[in-house]
Amino acid sequence: MRLALPALVVLLGCATASPGGAPARVDPAPPPAAPLTLPPVPWSAEDQAVHVLERLAYGPSPRDFRDVQQMGAGAWIAWQLRPGDIDDAAVERRLADFPSLRMSTRELLSEYPRAKKVAELTGVLNPFQLPRQVGAELVAARLIRATESRRQLQETLVDFWFNHFNVSADKGAVRWLVSPYERDAIRPHLFGTFRELLGAVAHDPAMLFYLDNWASTREGFSAPKKGKLGLNENYARELLELHTLGVDGGYTQADVREVARCFTGWGIRKPNEEGTFEFHPLAHDRGAKVVLGLHIPAGGGMEDGERILDLLAAHPATAHHIARKLAQKFVMDSPTPALVKHVAQVYLRTGGDLTATYRALFESPEFWSDAARASKVKTPLEFTVSAVRALGGTTAGDVPMVQALGRMGQPPYRAQPPTGWPELAQPWINPGALVARIDFGLKLASGRITGTEVPLPSMDGPPEQVVDRTARAILHRPLGDQTRGTVLAALGASEVMPDGEHRPLDGPKLVGLLLGSPEFQNQ
Amino acid sequence: MSPFSRRQFLRSAGALAALGAVPGFLGRALAAAGEGTGKSLVLVFLRGGADGLSIVPPVGDPDYRAARPSIALGPPGREGGALRLDGVFGLHPALAPLLPLWREGTLGIVHAAGLPGATRSHFDAQDFCESGTPGTKATADGWLNRAVQRATGSDGAFRVVALQPTLPRLLVGDAPAVAMSSLGQFRLPGGAGGSNAFDALYTQAVDTALRTTGIETFEALREAGSAKLGQLPPANGAEYGPAPIARRLQDVARLIRSGVGLQVAVTDMGGWDTHVGEGAEKGQLAARLGDLGGALAAFARDLGARWGDTRVVVMTEFGRTARENGNRGTDHGTASVMFVLGGGVRGGRVTGGYRGLGKAQLFEERDLAIGTDVRAVLWEATRAQLGVRDASAVFPGFTPGNTVLG
Repeated sequence: MRLALPALVVLLGCATASPGGAPARVDPAPPPAAPLTLPPVPWSAEDQAVHVLERLAYGPSPRDFRDVQQMGAGAWIAWQLRPGDIDDAAVERRLADFPSLRMSTRELLSEYPRAKKVAELTGVLNPFQLPRQVGAELVAARLIRATESRRQLQETLVDFWFNHFNVSADKGAVRWLVSPYERDAIRPHLFGTFRELLGAVAHDPAMLFYLDNWASTREGFSAPKKGKLGLNENYARELLELHTLGVDGGYTQADVREVARCFTGWGIRKPNEEGTFEFHPLAHDRGAKVVLGLHIPAGGGMEDGERILDLLAAHPATAHHIARKLAQKFVMDSPTPALVKHVAQVYLRTGGDLTATYRALFESPEFWSDAARASKVKTPLEFTVSAVRALGGTTAGDVPMVQALGRMGQPPYRAQPPTGWPELAQPWINPGALVARIDFGLKLASGRITGTEVPLPSMDGPPEQVVDRTARAILHRPLGDQTRGTVLAALGASEVMPDGEHRPLDGPKLVGLLLGSPEFQNQ
Repeated sequence: MSPFSRRQFLRSAGALAALGAVPGFLGRALAAAGEGTGKSLVLVFLRGGADGLSIVPPVGDPDYRAARPSIALGPPGREGGALRLDGVFGLHPALAPLLPLWREGTLGIVHAAGLPGATRSHFDAQDFCESGTPGTKATADGWLNRAVQRATGSDGAFRVVALQPTLPRLLVGDAPAVAMSSLGQFRLPGGAGGSNAFDALYTQAVDTALRTTGIETFEALREAGSAKLGQLPPANGAEYGPAPIARRLQDVARLIRSGVGLQVAVTDMGGWDTHVGEGAEKGQLAARLGDLGGALAAFARDLGARWGDTRVVVMTEFGRTARENGNRGTDHGTASVMFVLGGGVRGGRVTGGYRGLGKAQLFEERDLAIGTDVRAVLWEATRAQLGVRDASAVFPGFTPGNTVLG
């Protein structure tokens, strides 16, 4: 067994710094100082709560649905914008089962070495010491948090920003780097400035490795044992195209090259032992550079890269690109140009303050428009997690859930390209994925997704009433007459037993039908 | 013969119903849906920018070795060297399983194929390869979907299939297409009875995309279930390896052999973005090529007599730099290589307008220059297999020239 001591120390350290150690509160904390200014919304409190939870959360769970209605949508959003105020001790206790989440890369490399190395050292293979355990714990933690955390906006933002700055755990050493990447580069910077987030990602060994910058050097540089190295443009290109300016952001191939020169020397210290950021002055191109018209004088060293990040984070094209992506995530697939422009202006005015940028989105009339409601198709992650949440269930985030996500086309942490997973509906809706979704709903409702448990709603009462009540609890929308008829017919609800009583409804089948229905694929 | 199939009609009808009218010509088209030609087009997309200069190395080009000191393939005859194709080109040794097809003339190679208006971004280059409109990002549908819309053909649920979890951009559009990870996973528990209720739910769906996809899904499920498609064993002693590309091509062969009317199949394969440690006769690229070559050879064998009705095109979004980089790999470049295999191909030759790796011949002094427009190769195969005549409808702004491989 691995020694539990370091994990314990880390946990205790966390408890003093975060509200996780505070006594558990039954009711949500009072809203923070700045509540949202919402536009007039002609929807019922229940409809508002559903929409807010279908955008800022992984769908309504009984607990969160109650919270939003009790607090009011505006106050609940303001609360979510300050996740430090939210007591999430229950989830944090569950994550204590996953020691790898709290380890440094150095610890991960020594605790979960390559299988070959383990076999050489001990002659025995403990499956829980294989590198794949790191990935398994990370995936499980993500699924548990998405399903059960009270900090729902934080979890949807982790999904958004990890995807924006995607790295794939399938690329070589990333498997040891990805847990610290999410923990140290993504999670702490979700509500700060974009520049802080961008900088944390740019320095992170996971990104340096995934987009090859660790191996990019000035032309003509030779390293001991490695021979001649040289410039690698991969990170520079994706930094401009995906992370900041956007593909139409007005840069040229020459800019890509110049940016790559600025980042030469941004590398990884002892990649096989430590895996921390390190600047290598000898590998850095000391010459002058010109990026997007900005003259960067010779001899800037590591500061060259920081200047590029400053330039890009403050650029109007970046503001537009980020505003558009956020609007697609939180409002609708085709946001109006006016909304994108407004959100981009807030971004620029506040120096890229992400909390202010999110707030501008949530306060916009477009967010609260009928056109936005239930307009998006759930990604596989959103679909599976929202299904468990709809029933008030819990998940261990283990193999059956992960396999289901793979069948729907979204194996966690394994999006190969730097573009990450698609946010828009189209790529997710096709017959193969639809079959996988329907199959998942049926299996979940009949208790066949091992490790994920959902309590089934009561089937007591006349069939029509049970169907309506269950549909309302899961879909939060009344069933159309035709759909209702189809569901009742499929359940054999009209069949009467010899004693004149109605046959009790097949609960798993009813719930499976609702989870697999077209209505549940939208949010 | 009408260009509309019944399923396209279903898909279009949603949009038209919203306008309050379904024109009569669609109804007539519905009745007149055509018979299949029996021919299939199979597209394999190598995502990441596959290095044409290592896949079909120009071992006879005097500039080749100098440009790639640590990753060049050796000359034919040397151990681990390239396999001889002609006086200039060799085949990567990991592709040895394809040599019999080359010798019988059902494998042709187009070297120096690329899309004009070069972009070295994966995202843009794949987008343009799939929209078929290089330089224009606003194109909503994919070129292969536009081609299918104009093709006469079968009306089955498996007419157009993507063997990958999500529908690729090149198949997006009005013509219905099925995407699936594998045939074996394409089923629902509870059999036909279980599907019927969902079938009805999706037929009633308000969301147009979900409704049309639902209709296609349940039609395909009925067909796959009754024919037990996913269990058909390989024929002619074909042996597929465990690589994902082999599994996918095996499923394509099942669809072709079982006569469900497959006209277009698309699949893809990742791992070609070899910036670091690309390798030569062994290594990263060689492993990928071993998977690809083995899968294609098994596929040809499995199809037997149907190989003559099938055409496979293997493509990538761009080639890689002529010179290796500082990490024994290569960076994003311009032109690469395409394979065209199957019936009707005048193969056994390398064509395409390769100009060489000298400084003066390279594009921007770094990449292999384009000798053939990728669209010329795609159009030739599309025309041959789908019987489409109007190139400008499939590739707007592109005019077909001389034949490439016949």
